[in-house]
Amino acid sequence: MAQASTISKSAPALTLSGISKSFPGVRALHQVNLSLYPGQVTALVGENGAGKSTLVKVLTGIYQPDEGAITLDGKRVTLSSAQTAFELGITAIHQETVLFDDLTVAENIWLGHAPRKRFGLIDWAAMNEKARAVLAQMHAAHIAPETRLRELSIANKHLVAVARALSIDSRVVVMDEPTAALSAKEINELYDLVALLKSQGKAILFISHKFDEIYKIADRYTVFRDGEQVGEGHLKDTAQNELVKLMVGRSVDKVFPKHHAKIGDVVLSVSGLSHPTEFENISFELHKGEILGFYGLVGAGRTEVMKALFGMTKPSAGTIAMDDRPLAITSAEDAINAGIVYVPEERGAQGLGTGLPIFMNVTLPSLKRTSKSNVLRLKNEFDLARRYTERLDLRASSLSQDVSTLSGGNQQKVVIAKWLAMSPKVIILDEPTKGIDIGSKAAVHEFMAQLVAEGMAVIMVSSEIPEVLGMADRVIVMREGLVTAGFENKNLQPETLVRAAAGIE
Amino acid sequence: MSSETIQHRHLPDRLDKPLSAALRSWETLLAVVAVAIFIFNSFASPHFLNAWTLSDMTFNFTEKAIIALPMALLIIAGEIDLSVAAILALSSTLMGFAMQFGLGTPALVCVGIIVGLICGAFNGALVTGLGLPSIVVTIGTMSLFRGLAFIILGDQVYKNYPDGFEYFGQGYVAWVISFELVLFLAFAALFGFLLHFTTFGRRLYFIGRNPVSAQFSGVNVKRMKFILFCLTGVMSGVASVLLTSRLGSTRPSIAQGFELEAITMVVLGGVAITGGAGSILGVVLAALIMGLVTFGFGLLNVPGIVMSIFVGMLLIAVIALPILWKRFVWVLKK
Repeated sequence: MAQASTISKSAPALTLSGISKSFPGVRALHQVNLSLYPGQVTALVGENGAGKSTLVKVLTGIYQPDEGAITLDGKRVTLSSAQTAFELGITAIHQETVLFDDLTVAENIWLGHAPRKRFGLIDWAAMNEKARAVLAQMHAAHIAPETRLRELSIANKHLVAVARALSIDSRVVVMDEPTAALSAKEINELYDLVALLKSQGKAILFISHKFDEIYKIADRYTVFRDGEQVGEGHLKDTAQNELVKLMVGRSVDKVFPKHHAKIGDVVLSVSGLSHPTEFENISFELHKGEILGFYGLVGAGRTEVMKALFGMTKPSAGTIAMDDRPLAITSAEDAINAGIVYVPEERGAQGLGTGLPIFMNVTLPSLKRTSKSNVLRLKNEFDLARRYTERLDLRASSLSQDVSTLSGGNQQKVVIAKWLAMSPKVIILDEPTKGIDIGSKAAVHEFMAQLVAEGMAVIMVSSEIPEVLGMADRVIVMREGLVTAGFENKNLQPETLVRAAAGIE
Repeated sequence: MSSETIQHRHLPDRLDKPLSAALRSWETLLAVVAVAIFIFNSFASPHFLNAWTLSDMTFNFTEKAIIALPMALLIIAGEIDLSVAAILALSSTLMGFAMQFGLGTPALVCVGIIVGLICGAFNGALVTGLGLPSIVVTIGTMSLFRGLAFIILGDQVYKNYPDGFEYFGQGYVAWVISFELVLFLAFAALFGFLLHFTTFGRRLYFIGRNPVSAQFSGVNVKRMKFILFCLTGVMSGVASVLLTSRLGSTRPSIAQGFELEAITMVVLGGVAITGGAGSILGVVLAALIMGLVTFGFGLLNVPGIVMSIFVGMLLIAVIALPILWKRFVWVLKK
């Protein structure tokens, strides 16, 4: 630690000063300053919508700032394109890697700066050899340079992205929530890599929502709120509470809201639901006013079961009944009409009509109600959208704002508002707080408590144990397409869930 | 989050004033261009500013524009139909074939439209039923439908359509106002209403932007796409009635290249070729511009081949122009 503070006196590798960036109706960054020091990890924290993603895009040359200066090794630079940023030695590792699935590992590492032979032809042998060397240096020799990227896990894809950063003598490495999609073991391997990059004197910007990991690997922190920098310093002098306070501008005392909803009759009962490849013999009952947690490892088949309930996957056997009446669900339309709605895990791909305004996204399933014999009534639509988005405290400049310009947490609020407007009986939330900031997380949890208090039944698929233990009344654990255990959430221990999910007797 | 900390912010409906948004729109630019070409034409030829000349001018685009209307909906929904001209040809051929059995005008019109419907439904079934990409399916059916027309007709010509049939393509509702123009404007109003003021139209934009999320929101994407292909087929049948009536004869090569001009109108009209954006007003203005330009070239005695080069260049330019226009607006806003 003493060593870290001596290094910080050295000149920063990269300095941003007075950077501002605006989009129509949104001020994404305002007069932001940031310094990254060689051999140090700076953690960037902030709620969703604080401007972190915009900053990453400015750093990697995708967005041009409206004002402000960027200095790299004491020289003023203009990052006019992603290519320029890369050539200047700024590389980025994203949450979901932006590499090319159909190219080989070596091609991905050397894309744009491949070793050449005469006539500018690519020297394949040298490229593979150099790729092997870079991977070996990272203790990732198990990845063959000739493999197509498609065949690798997300963790290994991250390794390739890091190898790409090492292949050019990069000065600055930006890591945007690199551990969001990784398992515990893979996360540790990634930490080793961060240490390796540090030891090579690279300046690292590390974006994460996980405080334990920030404290584990970062030296410095900088906090963003609503597009402005509200604090920075050394992590060792700063308590976790202080960071949280800076992030949200208030203290978050209650992590999970207590809910005392009255649990009523069975509303949904699923029996023997099976699918040829994804899941088998799934049976459970869901009561009014209940939050039923579905816990399991990624790939346990939870999402597939939910998709079957929502009519997006066709089950091969089994029955679904609501209020004791059997349901024949063959499409999402059927499910919605029966009162079952689904908030998907992949918000962008499955939940939103990106490029279209907030109010249209909210009213899409409710159009029958807001229109008059299929003729649109805009006033009804605005009223309906406003009622539900304001209830969720959506942060936006207007109801006509394009949903793709919203932060992840606010996009989630739009998706939830869309379904609340349908007054469903059962709402399925698939990883409802994945990748969203603490403030929005609390809002979503608070809201689930309200929903069950109003007599709705909630199914919550979650891979986060604190969330499952904090919110669910009962927990069903799935493993490899089967229900392996069911628990009442009374004195339930995290270890019990982990063992059931991993299949440890 | 205790209840007193929740202060609901009021979200306004929109920030832009509708008028200023309208002034910056692509449609405004199209209208300005249309007026400019109109003025140019009136200087280029002393005969241009004559009611009958202007009326003749409209025949340059009405039939293609009638196809461009459903095409706009199809492209907004993320699909395309390249077989429209071939549908028109097959429909015209079968009308001629049916005429030989002594069918009257109303029956012939029905034949034309029903053939269009069947062709459109065939395209729609292949795209939605088998999940094939529409660009491939309709390149296939483009050859298929026109090939059928050639088999039926060979190098023959159908002529001598019954009395009254000529009204659709040659008749005037009043003074210089042709039946074709009135029919086009009526359809434009109908399609504009369908796209901009109904739940069907709203769902189209969602399908074009993100078909998966539309499906996750309970939109029956396949059914809607199937309906659109049928609609495009029907409108191609309608255009077939108009064109056959105007020419008074059918050859299998009828309406060669119409699909490209219809698509050019749609794209020039500001419909995103990637789907999810566009307006009928834009398509109508684009049709008018195409008509004015074609006619202007005619007035200037520009050879047909130059015309074809121009349409090709226009198609490329209109893909590039919206992008440049957006950048221009972006700079203006800053």
